[in-house]
Amino acid sequence: MIEKLALLGFGDGGWGLALLQGAGITISIALATLPFGLALGLVVALGKRSENVVLRWLATGYTTVFRGVPELLTLYIIYFGIQILLQRLWEWLGLPGSFSMPPFVAGMVALGVVLSAFSSEVWVGALNSIQKGQREAAAALGLSKAQAFRLVVMPQLVRVALPGLGNNWMVLLKETSLVSVITLPDIMFITTRANVATKEPFLFFGAAMLIYLFFSLVSAWGLGRLEARTNRGYAAFGGATR
Amino acid sequence: MRWCEYPGYLTGSEVFQNYGCRMFSGLWITFELVAISVTLGFALAIGLAIARLYGPRWAQSVINGYTTFFRGTPLLCQLFLVYYGLGQFRLFWQDVGLWWFFREPFYCAVFTFTINTAAYQAEILRGAIQSIPRGQFEGALALGLHRWASLRHVIIPQAMILGLRPLGNELIVMIKASAVASLVTLFDLMGATRLAFARSFDLSIYLYAALIYLVLVEIIRRVWDRLELRLTRHMALR
Repeated sequence: MIEKLALLGFGDGGWGLALLQGAGITISIALATLPFGLALGLVVALGKRSENVVLRWLATGYTTVFRGVPELLTLYIIYFGIQILLQRLWEWLGLPGSFSMPPFVAGMVALGVVLSAFSSEVWVGALNSIQKGQREAAAALGLSKAQAFRLVVMPQLVRVALPGLGNNWMVLLKETSLVSVITLPDIMFITTRANVATKEPFLFFGAAMLIYLFFSLVSAWGLGRLEARTNRGYAAFGGATR
Repeated sequence: MRWCEYPGYLTGSEVFQNYGCRMFSGLWITFELVAISVTLGFALAIGLAIARLYGPRWAQSVINGYTTFFRGTPLLCQLFLVYYGLGQFRLFWQDVGLWWFFREPFYCAVFTFTINTAAYQAEILRGAIQSIPRGQFEGALALGLHRWASLRHVIIPQAMILGLRPLGNELIVMIKASAVASLVTLFDLMGATRLAFARSFDLSIYLYAALIYLVLVEIIRRVWDRLELRLTRHMALR
C-alpha cells in the first residue's frame, strides 16, 4: 500500500510533479477561458436584448446551439474545424510546411464558446433586474451610453449575476477534463498516462478526483466570500428589515 | 436501402449515409443510457433528499458528503474511476459474483451516470422541498396526517412542481454529458460519430451528430414545457 502511494510522490518513479503540472494546466485553461467566455456571454446577452431583430435572432440561435450540443462534440468540431480551415488558409497563402492547431487554444475557444452560451442567460437575467430608471437617471446626469453602462449598470450587474456566473465557473472547471481528449496534458491526461504506465487506475483516478474536489471546494469558498463582499452594502439593509 | 440510410441520402452526404445506421443505433444506446440512469437516479434522489432533510444527523452528513463529492468532480473522471479503477479489482468482483457488471462499459456507464445524476437530483429535490412553506407541513400534521403521509401527499407533490424545470434541465445535461461514454469504448451516438470521423476524416459527420443532439434536446425542452403547463394548470399564476 505504502509503495503504491509512493507512485503519487515526488521521488523516483513518482508522478507527483506530473500531476501538479497537470493541475496547473487544468487551472490555467479554466482561468484563460473565463474572461473570454464571460465577455462573449455579455455581448450575446446584449444581442438578445437588442432592438434589432436579426441580432436578437442570431444571439438566440447561438445560445440554443451551444447549449444543446454536447461539450465534447463542440470541442471536436472546433479543434478539427479550425485546424482544417487554417490549414487551407496556410496553403492558400503558400506558406511552407503545415499548420497545427495548439490544443490549448482550441480547448479555450471551445470551452469559452460553451461558457458564453450559458453565461449569456445569466447576464440576460441580471440585465433584466436593473430598472430602466437607472439608465434614465444616468442619461439625465449627462453620462453617455457607454459611461452609463460602465459606471452605473455594470457595478450593479456584477452583484446580481455573481451567483449564476459562479455556477458557470464550477461547471467550466469540471468541463476542462474534456480537453484531455485533444491531447492537452491536464489532470485527466496525466492520470490516463500514469494508468497506462503503472496499471494502477484506482489510485490515479482517485487522486484526480481529489484534486478536482479540492479545486471545487476552494472555488465554492472563494465564491462565497466574493458574494458576501458584493452584498456588503445590502447586508445592513436586509438586517434592518428582518 | 434501410431507413437509417435515408437521412444521409436525402442530405446528399455520403458519410452520413454510410454511417447513418451506426449513428442511429448509437442514438439508441445514448437513449438507453440516459433513460435508465436518470430514472434510477431519480428514485435514489428522492430517498437521498428526504434522508438529507429529515434523517438522523449522521445520515445527513453522509449524504452531504456524497453530493459534494459527485457534484464537485467531473463525470469523465468518475467514469474512468469506475470503469478502469474498479475493474482493477477483478478478483474481488469475481469472488462476489459482480464481475459481469463491472466488466461491461455499458453497465459501468449506467452505474456512474446514476450515482452522478442522483447527487444532482437530490440537491434539486432538497431545494424544492425546502422551499415549500413550513405551514404546509404543520397544516397536514394538524389535520391528523402521519409524518410520512404528509410528506407523500402534501409536501412531495408540491415540491415536484417546483423541481420540474431544474429536473428537466438535469435530463438535458445528462443527454449531453452521456457523450463521454464514448471514451470508454461505448458506441453511443458520439462513439459512432467518432468512429465515422476516424475512418472518413470528413468533419461534416460531427455537424450531423450535433444536429441530432440538438433536435433531441429541443424535443425534450418542448415536451417539458408542455408537461409544466399541464401540471401547473390548477395554479393561479398561469
